Amino acid sequence: MAKNGAARDDRPQNSMKGPALKKPAPKKAEELDRLIHERLRLGIVSALAVNDSLSFSDLKKLMNTTDGNLSVHARKLEEAEYIACTKSFEGRMPKTQYRLTALGRRALERYLDHMEALIRATRER
Amino acid sequence: MRMTSVRPLRPEPPKELSSLHGRAMDNLAFIRNTMEAAGSFTAVSGWGMVAIGVLAIAVAVFASMQATAIAALNVWLAAAVLSPIIMMWAMVRKARSAKMPLLSGPGRKFVLSFSPPMFVGALLTFVLYRAGLVEAIPGVWLLLYGTGVVAGGAFSVKIVPVMGLCFMLAGVIALFAPVAWNHAILGAAFGGLHIAFGIPIARSHGG
Repeated sequence: MAKNGAARDDRPQNSMKGPALKKPAPKKAEELDRLIHERLRLGIVSALAVNDSLSFSDLKKLMNTTDGNLSVHARKLEEAEYIACTKSFEGRMPKTQYRLTALGRRALERYLDHMEALIRATRER
Repeated sequence: MRMTSVRPLRPEPPKELSSLHGRAMDNLAFIRNTMEAAGSFTAVSGWGMVAIGVLAIAVAVFASMQATAIAALNVWLAAAVLSPIIMMWAMVRKARSAKMPLLSGPGRKFVLSFSPPMFVGALLTFVLYRAGLVEAIPGVWLLLYGTGVVAGGAFSVKIVPVMGLCFMLAGVIALFAPVAWNHAILGAAFGGLHIAFGIPIARSHGG
């Protein structure tokens, strides 16, 4: 799992990293959401897709990453409104809880469609 | 001598295409693995367990009314055939309503871990029946059912292996308790434990 902060240009791109396809991929799958293409962010979104919410420490354990790295990537997703964050106290301990927004769920579905379209396109050649 | 070149029937895809294909497959596998590791979803149906529990209590009452141990065993055997059918139906319904494949990673692992003890249980039932040790059968059933649930539950939510341990404990009690208690222990375990654990599983883990 990627541990380095890959907070580069996260705007939607026209292809995955690497050599471009000669024949264009199906139009629906053209735009790759770079925001969730990064492994750690993809992991956060995938984990939240099957849970109502997960705490910061749950995600950290699950992604096997550091506090700083998780914070950076979670913030990126939060800024894009793919995930929502609520902060509270459990006794004296601060607790950060994340959940996937409708926008984030749609982004994950689009990403899955994109991957499936790529697999279909490469099989057809 | 001139050799003719061999043309493959299906040309290999260009390297960049197979690399794209591989990366897309890898990404999908990553998403699936993460979802499986993070999922609070269990393929085991809580409501299916409740239904089996209710059936087991009715069967325990009916079996205790039988005149012979063999007749009572037959009543339990009928329930043992009916219960997996009820559970499979409930699991299929649960998987469909959650839009999850029934035999996805955790579901498949559960079935693969749960099945061997069930097979051993069926075999031992036959052996014990032939040896005339019908009284030992309830304890063996509970122990092996518990073993299967603990093994399968290792890939499920925490409450499932805990339930398996309770079944194993009931099996130990059945092996050493007076024979007259057998139906009560089977009813309490297959009935009570399924209902007691089925309700929280249904409420907290997808049905």
